[in-house]
Amino acid sequence: MITLAHYIVLGAVLFCIAVAGIFINRKNVIVLLMAIELMLLAVNINFIAFSRFFGDVAGQVFVFFILTVAAAESAIGLAILTLLFRNRRTINVAEFDDLRG
Amino acid sequence: MTIQLLAFYFFAFFAVLGALLVITLRNPVHAVLSLVLTFFSVACIWMLMQAEFLALVLIVVYVGAVMVLFLFVVMMLDIKVAAAREGFIRHLPVGIGVALIMLAEMVTLIGLRAMQVAPPPNPAAMHGESNVAWIGTALYTQYLLPFEVAAMILTVGIVAAVALTLRHRVGVRHQNASQQVAAVARDRVRLVSMPAERGDPGAQP
Repeated sequence: MITLAHYIVLGAVLFCIAVAGIFINRKNVIVLLMAIELMLLAVNINFIAFSRFFGDVAGQVFVFFILTVAAAESAIGLAILTLLFRNRRTINVAEFDDLRG
Repeated sequence: MTIQLLAFYFFAFFAVLGALLVITLRNPVHAVLSLVLTFFSVACIWMLMQAEFLALVLIVVYVGAVMVLFLFVVMMLDIKVAAAREGFIRHLPVGIGVALIMLAEMVTLIGLRAMQVAPPPNPAAMHGESNVAWIGTALYTQYLLPFEVAAMILTVGIVAAVALTLRHRVGVRHQNASQQVAAVARDRVRLVSMPAERGDPGAQP
């Protein structure tokens, strides 16, 4: 029998892997974007699990909206990435320091 | 151990394996492909939860469109792997430490014992309708305005993506269609009226 705990722990594991990925790949923007996608996926697993176990449709509708926004986000993110690469010939985050932050 | 639990562990194993490969693989193309593996396994897990619509949407929209977009961009950019891997080993202990501590905190917070509840009967099936009908009814009645806003967000997204990457290059010859359509004969051919010339005088009768 698959309990609610199974799904939530899977979501937690995926989320933590994504956080570790952001820590260890901080130079590579593409892997950072992919880690963000993984985080959203982990959150979606939680939403669907709770929707299923509480019998509430709102969770699944919310996942639908998260998928929509994540698709728009990754499209714009990749557009910015190609723009940065076209102007700077690199995707190394350490070299994007024009704002001197 | 039922067949469902076995299937869950199978899919969960590949989802976690794919996620680990995403953050450790050297080649970005391979990383994108392992992300596809993760998405696919998670879609199978959503199928186990009888969320068929969202599982199919995940495969069609995410694996089919967003991941292919990632793959396009990764292959288009010339990524210097060595520079991108700089600091990988140095940040590895911190990353693993933070992730493990977060995981322990989350699992404690979840309270594994408290959450070991059996799944109730499928709420959609109780009403005698499919998962798609269940979501669709909610989406087109209660959540109609957010649904329209989501469409708006997608439109803004495509306009922003095109506007960001559009560039006007100078010194390139290209067609100007509106100028071509607007052209009239008057601009191209000039008719002049001039007095007729008298030809060779000797040829006249």
